[in-house]
This record gives sequence, structure tokens and C-alpha cells, in this order.
Amino acid sequence: MTSPAPETTHALAFTPEDLPTAESFFQPHRILLMAIFATLVVYVSWSMRWDWLPQYLPKLGWGIVVTLAMLFSTSILGFLLAVPLGLVQVTGPWPLKAFAKTFCTIIRGTPLLLQLWLLYYGLGSLFPQFPAIRSSFLWPYLRESWPYGVAALTISFAAYEGEVMRGAFAGVPAGELEAARAFGMSRWTVFRRIWLPRAIHRALPTLTGETVLQLKSTPLVATITVLDVYAIISKVRQDTFLTYEPLLLLALIYLCLTGILVLAFRKLENRIPTRGA
Amino acid sequence: MADPAPFINWSLLALSPPGWGSVLLSGLINSIQIAIGGYSLGLLLGVGGAFGKLYGGPILRDLLECYTTIVRAVPELVLILLLYYAGTDLINQFMGLAGLPAVDISGLAAGIFVIGVVQGAYSTEVLRGAIKAVPSGQIEAARAFGMSPVKVMTRITLPAMLPYAIPGLSNLWLIATKDTALLAVVGFSELTLVTRQAAGTTKAYLLFFCAAGVLYLALTLVSNVFISIIERRARRGLAEAA
Repeated sequence: MTSPAPETTHALAFTPEDLPTAESFFQPHRILLMAIFATLVVYVSWSMRWDWLPQYLPKLGWGIVVTLAMLFSTSILGFLLAVPLGLVQVTGPWPLKAFAKTFCTIIRGTPLLLQLWLLYYGLGSLFPQFPAIRSSFLWPYLRESWPYGVAALTISFAAYEGEVMRGAFAGVPAGELEAARAFGMSRWTVFRRIWLPRAIHRALPTLTGETVLQLKSTPLVATITVLDVYAIISKVRQDTFLTYEPLLLLALIYLCLTGILVLAFRKLENRIPTRGA
Repeated sequence: MADPAPFINWSLLALSPPGWGSVLLSGLINSIQIAIGGYSLGLLLGVGGAFGKLYGGPILRDLLECYTTIVRAVPELVLILLLYYAGTDLINQFMGLAGLPAVDISGLAAGIFVIGVVQGAYSTEVLRGAIKAVPSGQIEAARAFGMSPVKVMTRITLPAMLPYAIPGLSNLWLIATKDTALLAVVGFSELTLVTRQAAGTTKAYLLFFCAAGVLYLALTLVSNVFISIIERRARRGLAEAA
């Protein structure tokens, strides 16, 4: 029942089932609640200070772009890493299997913030000691902070998603693979045409949750001076000495981003035909 | 590459003062305290939230839905900042209203509060799912025997849902231990923050971050052992799942 590594967190993530449907909105008590909520919003926007907003709006827009760039680049890179990680755990020779298992356990057993700081402060302080690295073409990038953020988020996503893909690969019915082989497909063709698409199909609902979790991890990169939307809000807080207003706006921004992300995944899932269900 | 010896100075991890070992360990203890406190508070909120969502009126249900949705859609880091400032502020306003001087809220209490509120939303969902998985016949049988609703809850619903809830709850415990690291951002001296301070002072960044990683990993692995023991105990008498 329990695997040695902790189970993934997908059951806890925000997924398409959590979005309300349009028709469920208009029940009497909901209309009342929404009216109360609207008054609250109006009260908040009247009583709190929002005069800083126009000045920082362009920066905030840029911060959102950075956050989304972080999210998509690390999710895609992490997924590309997760496919081999999952695959070798199902079929691979034991050294690869053990390596993938250890990698997933270590990454999932330590906090992302620690991994991020390990890469940025640890490796970042080590690299300048090697003249070979300092003279290489990579140095202009290694001096920046975002490569460390991308690396840490990618590794983390790969480890969590690697476990998911392991389950997805193992869960593809053996009969389908046998049928493909009976048609004379080579191993690579079986993998490309049957195994991988079926595994992704099975993992898609979980993938939504993991991507939302990844979005929720992106503000951590602000702690290593990447200027994402969280970092911009922190700057606003320092400049204006306001505590709540910027943070409330930030929470609202992330709520909207999550909602849009989940809606997009729901559209994607609906495009894939499923029988029954 | 030169001799690796200068890169690793193991004496920095010694337990007595020139070494930072005891500082790291006390940070770990702080982390564990917050994790245990936050997790327990989260469980309490979760039991209340799950029963409210399943058996409450429509308004209570909607409010709880808002709570779980917001917590699960907004990054923990943002929630921790909001709750940390709002929580301490509210308490001080309350003290002001009561005519008492403002209090300094301890970082420990504030940390437990914020982790607890975040964990509460997740455990609400886990427990709700687990309660729904309890065969309704068992609850009906308990009612037929004339048990009061509270007795049905303590004797039947809660024990019977445990096997379904434990995978999710153990997950939550592991998340709680790792979420404590986020409190480093508000300046609470848990393991990650003291590690950063130790590393910054000695410049031995890799050594200290790896040491902290080992401590976190050990915490996770030890937790896993306990979780599997608990799980085996809760599942006794049930058919083995394939």
C-alpha cells in the first residue's frame, strides 16, 4: 500500500473539478453571499490605499510575464526529464532504476527553498573559484540568478512528475502493448505511438494539479533576486510601507492565474476523447 | 581541480561552539515543533471543515469552499506572509480593544497558526473524501442502534474513515515538515534560516545546505517508517488492496 517514497501531492492540488460551473452560481443564498462579498470588496477598495497602483502597473505586468515564463519553461523542461525518470523506474536496468528512485526520494524529501538556496548560494559561490567556468561561454548566464531558479524548479517538477509518470507507464494495460507488438511495431514505435501517449493521457489530470503546484512554487525564486511578480510586490511593500494591500493584490493575481491555468487544462482534457467515464 | 580538502571543513559541523552543529539541530527542533503544532491545528480545522462541508447548511458549505479554494490556489509563501502579518495585527487590535497592552506574539505561535490554517484546508479535503468513502450502511447501522450523532462520529465515522484518510494525511505531514522552511522568509529561525545564517557566516555554503538537506531527508524517511506502521495498524482487518 505505501511506497517507500512519499505519495505525490496531486490529490491535494487545485484541479478542474474544483472550479464551479456557471449554472451553480445562481442559487438564492449564493446571490446573497456574492452581494456581501461585493460590498466587502467595495469597502476594501475605498478604505485601503491603492494610489500606488498606477505607478507600479507596468512593472507588475512584467513580473507576471516573468512568473509565467518561469512556470512554463520549468514545467516543460521538468516534464521532458520526468518521462525518462518514470520510464527507467518501470523498465530500466537496476542501476538506472535505483538512481531514478534515489533522485525522486531526495528531491521530494527536502524543501524546495533549501534546494534553491543550495544551488544559488552553494554552487553559485563555488563556480567563480574555477577559472575554466569563468572563461567559458556559460559564465554570463551563471552570474545571473534566474538559471539557478529554473534549475531548481525544473528538478523539483521532474522529481514529482517522475513518480506520476512511473505510475502512468506501469498502468497502461499490457494488452495494448502486446497488441502493438503483434502488429509488428518496433520497441521504439510502440513507445512513441502507444505507450507514451496512453501514459500522458492517464497522467493528464494529475499533471494539472502538479502544474498548479508548480505555479505556487514560483514565488520562491524571488528569494534569490529573480524579479517575478512576488518580488515586485515585495518592492512595493518596501517602498510604500503598506502591509496588506500589495499582498491582497498578489493573492488575487495568483487566484486568477490558477483559475486560468485550470480552465485551460480542462479545455485540453475535454478535447481528448474518453470512452465511458 | 585542486585538493578537495579545503572545500570541506567537517569541524564546522561540530556540536560545540566553533562548530554550528548544535545551531542546526535546534533549528531542526524548531521546525519539528512547528510542523507538529501546525499539523495538529490543521487536523482540528480539517475535521471541523470536513463535517461542515458534508453536513453543514448551504452557507457554511460555501464559506468552507471559499476557504479551501483560496488556500489551494494561492502560493503558501503569500498566504504565510498575509496570515503572519494579519494574525499578529488582529491579536494586537483585539488586545487594544480589550484595553490591554500590545503583546509580542512569539514566532513559534505565529508559525503554528499560519501552517495550521494552510494545512486545515488540505486536510478538510482529505477527510471529506475519506468520510465519503465510509460505507453508508455502517453509519446507518450505528444510527439504528440508537447512537447519538456525536457517538456515531467518535465510534464509527472517524475510526472507519482512517484507512482511507491515512495516505492523504501522511502526505500532509510530509508537506507540513517542508512548508516550515517557508517561515525562513518571515524570519523565524527554523532549520532553513539558521542554515543560511551558518553558511553566510562561514562561507561554507554547500556543506551547510547539504547538511540541512540530510536532516530534512532523515525527517522524511523516519516519518515514512512511522507512517507505514500506523497504516498497517489502521488497515488491520481490511482486505488487502491489490
